[in-house]
This record gives sequence, C-alpha cells and structure tokens, in this order.
Amino acid sequence: MREEIIKAVELTKIFNGLRAVDRVTFSVKEGEIFGFLGPNGAGKTTTINMLTTVLKPTSGRAEVCGYDVVREPERVRRSIGVVPQEYTADEDLTGYENVMLCADLYGLPREEGKKRALELLSLVQLEPFKDKRVETYSGGMRRRLELACGLINRPRVLFLDEPTLGLDVQTRASIWEHIRSLRERFGMTIFLTTHYLEEADQLCDRIAIIDHGRIVEEGSPSELKDSLGGDLLTLECEGNGVEEILRAVEGVKVVRREGGEYRVKVSKGETVAPLLLRMLTDRGVTVKRLSLTKPTLNEVYLERTGRSLRDQEESPEQGIRQRVILRRARS
Amino acid sequence: MQGFLALTRRELKKWYKEPLLMLITVLQPLIWLTLLGKAMNIGAVFGGGVPRELANQLMLRSFGTTDYFSFMATGMIAMSCLFTTMFTGFSIIWDRRLGFLNKVLSTPVSRASIVLSKILYATLRSSFQVLIILGAAFALGLKTGSGFHPLYLLGVLVVAFLLCVTFSSLFLMLALRSTRWETPMAMVNLMVMPLMFASNVFFPTELMPGWLKVVASVNPISYTNDAVRQFTIYRLDAGVLLKDLTYLGLFALAISSLSVYLARRYLSR
Repeated sequence: MREEIIKAVELTKIFNGLRAVDRVTFSVKEGEIFGFLGPNGAGKTTTINMLTTVLKPTSGRAEVCGYDVVREPERVRRSIGVVPQEYTADEDLTGYENVMLCADLYGLPREEGKKRALELLSLVQLEPFKDKRVETYSGGMRRRLELACGLINRPRVLFLDEPTLGLDVQTRASIWEHIRSLRERFGMTIFLTTHYLEEADQLCDRIAIIDHGRIVEEGSPSELKDSLGGDLLTLECEGNGVEEILRAVEGVKVVRREGGEYRVKVSKGETVAPLLLRMLTDRGVTVKRLSLTKPTLNEVYLERTGRSLRDQEESPEQGIRQRVILRRARS
Repeated sequence: MQGFLALTRRELKKWYKEPLLMLITVLQPLIWLTLLGKAMNIGAVFGGGVPRELANQLMLRSFGTTDYFSFMATGMIAMSCLFTTMFTGFSIIWDRRLGFLNKVLSTPVSRASIVLSKILYATLRSSFQVLIILGAAFALGLKTGSGFHPLYLLGVLVVAFLLCVTFSSLFLMLALRSTRWETPMAMVNLMVMPLMFASNVFFPTELMPGWLKVVASVNPISYTNDAVRQFTIYRLDAGVLLKDLTYLGLFALAISSLSVYLARRYLSR
C-alpha cells in the first residue's frame, strides 16, 4: 500500500460569498499522476493554490507530504514544486538567471544551485538558449523553463496548473513526454489540472472531475469510461414515437433526447446499431444520421456535468489573450 | 537572506539592464535642479533698491542661508526620494497579476523578504539619484555652510536612506492586496502633494500658518530636509541633528516593521 502524499478533507474556499471550492475531499498516492479535470472557473486553480500554501482555506484541511498546509506551510513549501498556469519567468532576465532565482528562493547553496540549473536546463532542452532573455522565448520554451524552475528543489510532489494551456499540438505532446519522463526518472508524484480531456486521459493514473467547486466523479480514466456502462449511439431521425421504439430494442440501456438528437446508451454498439436501424425503418422512421462512439472522457464529462466542454473553450483563450496583453504592456 | 538578496538582484537587474530607464534616472534630478532650483530665484525679489546687506539678512533669517538655490537644491533630495519610492507598490501588483507573486509565495522564501527586497531596491535606486543631485548641486554653485566637511555627505546618504525606507514601506503597504493599480495610484496622487508642500522643501515651516506648521512638524520630509541642510548648508547643530535622525530612524523602523507584519498576514489572500 503506497503512502497518501496529498490528502484533502472537506477543503473549502469562499471568495466574497462565492464557493470557489466546496467541501472537496480526495487523496493522491505517492508516485501517481493525478488530474483535476474541469472547465474554467471550476475551482481547479483555487484548489492548487490552497495545496501550495498560496491561499488559505476558508474551512477544511489538507496535508501535503504529511504536513498541514495551514500549520506547517514552510515544510510544505520545501517539499513541493509549483508550475503555475501563467508564464511567471521574468522576461527581462535570461533563462539561466530565472532558474538561479528559483534556486536562491529555495536557499540552495550557490554551487549546488548552478549544477542543478544547468542539469535541468538541458533536461528541458533549453541549454542552447540559457543566456537569452526570456522575452525571446516561444510559448513552449517558456513552459519548459517553468518546468525547470519547478524542479529546482527536487520536489516530492510537483503541481502543474494547466501545463499545456494555449500550446500547439506538437508542443503539447512534447510537454506530456517531459511529464511522463519526470515520473519515471524521479518517481515524483504529479498533481495537474487541465481542461483538456485527452490530456487527462493520456497522462493521468487517476482523475477527479470538478465542476462548480465540487468533485463530481473520481477514478482512473478507464474506470470512468466503464462507469458509463457501454457505447453511445447518437441518432438524428424524423418520425413519431422514436423514444419508445428505441427503448424496446434489446441491448439498449438508456435513451436521452438532447437537442435534435437521441443519445442511446447500449452494451455492444456494433451489434445493436444495425438492429436499431432496422426497427426504426420498419416503423416508418427515417434515420438521417447515426454515429457510434466508444466511451471517452468527454462522454463521462457530459454525463456528469450535463454540458459540453465546448461552451467553456472560449474563456481560457480569452485568459491567454489577457495575459499576452499584460505581458506586452509590461515590456 | 539568500532569497532576499536574489529578489533584490532581480529588481536591480531590471533597472540597470535598461539603458533608457537608467538615463531617465539620471536626467530627472538634473531637470528638477536646473528648472525648479534656478527658476525660483527668491533672492532676486530684493533686487534694485534694497541694500545687499539687508537682503542677505532677510534671506538668512527666513531660509538659514543667503542663497535660495542652496535651500531648494537640498530640499530636492527628499523630493527625489518621495518621487522614486512612490511607485514601489506597483511592482508588487504586477507580480501578482503576472503570477510571479504566487510562484514566490509557494517557495520557502520568507514573506518579509518579498517586501523588504522591494524596499531595498527602491532605496538603492533613490540613493543613486541622491548622489547625482548632490553632484549637480555642487556643480551649479551650492553654497555650503561654515564648518562643512565632505564626509558630511555620507550623513546625507544615511538620512536619504531612512526616508526612502519609510516611503517605500508606506507605498508598498497600500498595494499589498491590490490586484489593480488604479486605487493605489489614486492614493499615491492624493498623498504626494500634501507630503511635499506641508514640509520645508520650498519654504521654511516657521513662516507657515499654525495649523500647517503642525502638519509639517510631523512630516518626515521636514526632518529629512533639516538634517540634510544641517549637513550641507547650515552651521551644523549636533542637538538638532540628533533629534532629526532619531525621529527619522524611529519612523522608518516603525513603518517598515508594520509593512513586514502586514505582508506576513495579508500577502496571501
């Protein structure tokens, strides 16, 4: 049995009457990659900020590496690394200077700091650019630099807040590669938040879906998919009594109407689909479109939160735009 | 301590790596001195019929020196401290907005270091300007008091240091929890003019109306100016100087301790 390295019990944060995080309880085992999945504003960053001692919880408690985040913040800070959502590296300094600044913030001896800084910069493949100002770095390079900064104290737990927000597909894949190799190399526990479903699916051992400040589902990606109980058929058709017909077909578990579509949950999609099609046609219903979906986290998400993530994808983009504006305003 | 120095170094690098910023830092006090210092030639109002002896007497009685430029130039030191430190708070707002502050807060560096590094940075930058002002003032004909010794200039630096610590702590406190710069900006604007005019920067407090005299007599700028003038253009009075330094020292200590206390308590939201 592996040790529980992060433990949150009824963790709550209220901002001006708004429950940003509402009685959240979960635990993360040592060596796991644990993901908090949810739309923007769900309370992911607030949770990370409480676990990393940046915010004080309104109520409830949390332990990281066995230390209480409120009573022993100093010890928590020593044992964790944090890679925030924003690009926090100082643009006016070089990559190397930024990593050294972090080393100093952790009070590493100068020689040790230098050694680790160079090591980490080559680990994230920034060695050739280490003496260039961060201003000149691309998004992916900045993200890797943040990663190097977060690793300088050889943390037991690494917190990654939206590690691939706003990055292109290639860069995202390379960041995932880095995260996986970190776990293999250092046996580190990684807590990450994301609103990308495939990111959670690809990377995490376990996921908690969070919405409106509450955990609505928790488990491994495959457990979550299995919990849906099978495949999903989506139909678009014209005719009367469609729902009744669908319900009568063998293998159909649940039928739901959403917009102009019928979402039918079935045990074996491949065999049920032709059967379903024939029954509908026999009763004079015209099927205009039929699609079969194997369960994905997206489906779990829809199932548990009742709305698609698509609605939410506007806001993180806006967030980035705002940060870019801020950055430009500053330089 | 290491974290404190690293954070201070970060701020300093941003300053000296930027040639334009550096140039402005040098130019600003020069402009003040030449424009303000030379434009307000109060001595000239005694021109024409007033005998030179009498004019000098009058000047000496009101300003403690016969040369208004010298009075004004020494007042510029406190003014430059005020104007360079008044923006101290804004950098912490930027750090908060850009997420840098959160990152620093998640490291073991002490909360005190976070504010003290900004205070020290503002103070160092301001001291640099004070040196330029002193240089320029001498070049433009500052008349030193009798018994002046070049080593007294170190005293001026000490005095400026105390005032800078006071003001940068004060302005930093105003911005500790801000996420936007508008409110602290308005507060700074509100405070700067009264701080400057309810003091002896331009005019001796003895000649002010009673109520204003009271305000000026608690304003640390008045003590700074007096101490600076004791070191440069007046005949040094050790008793008065000691009083000035004690007041400034205690003021700086109290207000910087308060800012550290508030930072410990309120930097995390």
